[in-house]
Amino acid sequence: MAVVQALRSGAWRVVELLSTPLVPADYLDEIAPLRNPGVLRCRIEQVRPETRDAVTLVLRPGRGFRPHEPGQYVRLGVDVDGVRRWRAYSVTSAPGGLSVTVNAVPGGVVSNHLIAHARPGQVLHLDQAAGDFVLPPDRPAKVLFVTAGSGVTPVMGMLRTHLGELRDVVVVHSAPIPEAVVFGAELRELAASGRIRLVERHTRADGRLTPEALAALVPDLAERHTWACGPNGMLDDLGAYWDEAGLAGRLHVERFRPATAAIGEGGKVTFGRTGTVVDADGSVPLLEAGEAAGVLMPSGCRMGICFTCVLPLTGGAVRDLRDGRLTTVTEGEVVPVQTCVSAAAGPCHLDH
Amino acid sequence: MTTLQRKSVNPIAHLTAADVEAIGRELDAIRDEVIASRGARDAAYIRKVISVQRRLELGSRAVLLFSLFPPAWLAGTAGLAIAKILENMEIGHNVMHGQWDWMQDPKIHSTRWEWDNASPASQWKHSHNELHHTYTNVVGRDNDLGYGIMRVDESQKWHPLYLAQPLWNFVNACFFEYGIAAYDLELGRNLATRKRRRAPAFRAAVKEVRRKIGKQVLKDYIVHPLLSGPSFLHTIAANFTANLIRNLWTHSVIMCGHFPKGVETFERTSIEGETRGEWYLRQMLGSANISGGRLMHIMTGNLSHQIEHHLFPDLPSNRYAEVAPKVRDLFERYGLSYTSGPLPKQVASAWAKVFRLALPNRDDSATAPLAAPEPRGLATRWQRTPV
Ligand SMILES: Cc1cc2nc3c(=O)[nH]c(=O)nc-3n(C[C@H](O)[C@H](O)[C@H](O)COP(=O)(O)OP(=O)(O)OC[C@H]3O[C@@H](n4cnc5c(N)ncnc54)[C@H](O)[C@@H]3O)c2cc1C
Ligand code: FES
Repeated sequence: MAVVQALRSGAWRVVELLSTPLVPADYLDEIAPLRNPGVLRCRIEQVRPETRDAVTLVLRPGRGFRPHEPGQYVRLGVDVDGVRRWRAYSVTSAPGGLSVTVNAVPGGVVSNHLIAHARPGQVLHLDQAAGDFVLPPDRPAKVLFVTAGSGVTPVMGMLRTHLGELRDVVVVHSAPIPEAVVFGAELRELAASGRIRLVERHTRADGRLTPEALAALVPDLAERHTWACGPNGMLDDLGAYWDEAGLAGRLHVERFRPATAAIGEGGKVTFGRTGTVVDADGSVPLLEAGEAAGVLMPSGCRMGICFTCVLPLTGGAVRDLRDGRLTTVTEGEVVPVQTCVSAAAGPCHLDH
Repeated sequence: MTTLQRKSVNPIAHLTAADVEAIGRELDAIRDEVIASRGARDAAYIRKVISVQRRLELGSRAVLLFSLFPPAWLAGTAGLAIAKILENMEIGHNVMHGQWDWMQDPKIHSTRWEWDNASPASQWKHSHNELHHTYTNVVGRDNDLGYGIMRVDESQKWHPLYLAQPLWNFVNACFFEYGIAAYDLELGRNLATRKRRRAPAFRAAVKEVRRKIGKQVLKDYIVHPLLSGPSFLHTIAANFTANLIRNLWTHSVIMCGHFPKGVETFERTSIEGETRGEWYLRQMLGSANISGGRLMHIMTGNLSHQIEHHLFPDLPSNRYAEVAPKVRDLFERYGLSYTSGPLPKQVASAWAKVFRLALPNRDDSATAPLAAPEPRGLATRWQRTPV
């Protein structure tokens, strides 16, 4: 066994030498981009319009993709106007398949690009599924899903997978008008067959859902485990209500964007290792400022939860865009900062 | 050639300080326009070049497995030489300049690229991007002028050793990749004293180069030849020839960039406190283009647009041809000469200079001490010096 292993790794070293200074997979990419073990990609198999401004992409992940858990998201790397941009999308399919549903965000770069230009056969970059917006292994007896707009996506993944294991499910979903309900037909069908109780709320006519209105719609709310996903305003309200009711542990939320409450002062950001210097606006996260200047920045969720984007701040000050907290480092000090939710507060220096 | 400060007819005497800054602003505008329009078309271009290069290299190496047969040897060697030239010039050089960093593709990024050359990317980027592009054509600061082993300007003191410089230059051309590695290590300077030889940074750099060269040699002269079995020796010869062609070609192209007639060199003191306009102007006068078609541009890594490249080192190389007419127009409007010529002419001109400077100067105005520079801006600093 050991001999075979030694031969194998020896042979691999020879192959690596053959392709130096590149790696063998760089050549493999020419013929089979989905088979590169070092760079995860996926191919668009199908593009299905859901509503006027949402499409579902059915994806075939490349080698090395690990199955997701329903409720998790994957990151897609999409080249828009030649620039690779990474965004998170909740998986809407059951494990075994990989679908995401992209909703247009006004002025949004990636969402609108995908809706307009995604075609079967195109190859996108992909990252492993992540996130803890999932059902616990011991499935709760009574479940409430509160969703609004594109927030229905992770919940759809859970419903499509776990519905058979859940006895009592209530879905309260808000959308501006009936036609804008993503997965509307499927949800209504589930409701008609009695597998879920669906409360559809059309905000243009009924106004935004308040926690009080929700409590009126779902009287046994306190007995349920609740998963909520939607605009930050709604999630903040629900969080406060649940806290007050002493039910905090029973509410699980997923946010699509950081709740920003502050802006920094702006300033010159220096990326020490590359020598790049940028004038960053106080409202622009360091992550985006670096990317715009061509710096390769580590990133994940881009909204402050995964910590993939952390870089060492070695000089100056940054402000946390979520709560306005100021982080200042003094000479010789190194403080890790989340670049996706921090902006320059004066000149600052990152060791990257 | 004589540094611009010592010339009897100063080619920029007619420019006022305001002109120089106006040139700077115009060039900034050209640059901004390209940056604003970088996009999918440019990304597709570089990906295509990389793809063609990889296929050509793979194909050529495959053909060379049978290099025992003369047609296979010829085709494989030619293909590999072209692949290596593409890799070094249009891809490696330009990627390492950060021309494609805006794409945010970690596979095509200046901080990640390693090239098919003896010099490790990190060392080359320092000596090329930081030193050569900053101190372009400043005698004594820009080592690309003569690579520290040649006399490239009348103002450099002559020494009998320079009699052999045509030979040095030819040897350097044949083994150019090793010459670059030695020059990136600043071997001449760092081997000079015991203290420098022992400096940990220098030793680490030497180790890095040794490792890189080791891998390169193992690949081209051991592993690929072994793989070709009975064609072993033929493949060695083929790979050697491909490297030789690549070296001669890149050396010629690079000589054409800063050596031919019409290119100016500058005094050390002339760049102190340089403004943006002055920096641009130095790049304009210190570079020369090679005229030719699209193929020539690609095979030279668009260093045929050396002037545009020196003005905008980090703009995508496929855009140089597009901005060239605007740059040329600017030269004309400000009465500056845009140096350009076909490859054979420029190579001959550069070699003529190598030969001429192997001999001592005929008159010695070039080496006489300059009048103290006046720190009042370019127009006065670059003023004609009385002979
Ligand atoms: C964990 C997670 C899961 C996600 N799942 C999905 C999903 O399943 N389906 C989906 O469509 N999107 C999902 N998103 C959102 C997605 O990642 C992108 O943020 C979204 O597509 C917008 O990207 P963009 O490039 O189009 O917009 P950008 O160009 O990044 O943004 C343009 C403008 O829109 C604002 N903006 C950004 N996101 C939103 C938003 N969600 N709502 C309103 N304004 C916004 C920005 O602040 C900016 O001003 C998810 C995000 C996270 C973090
Ligand atoms: S990218 Fe996830 S925390 Fe910043």
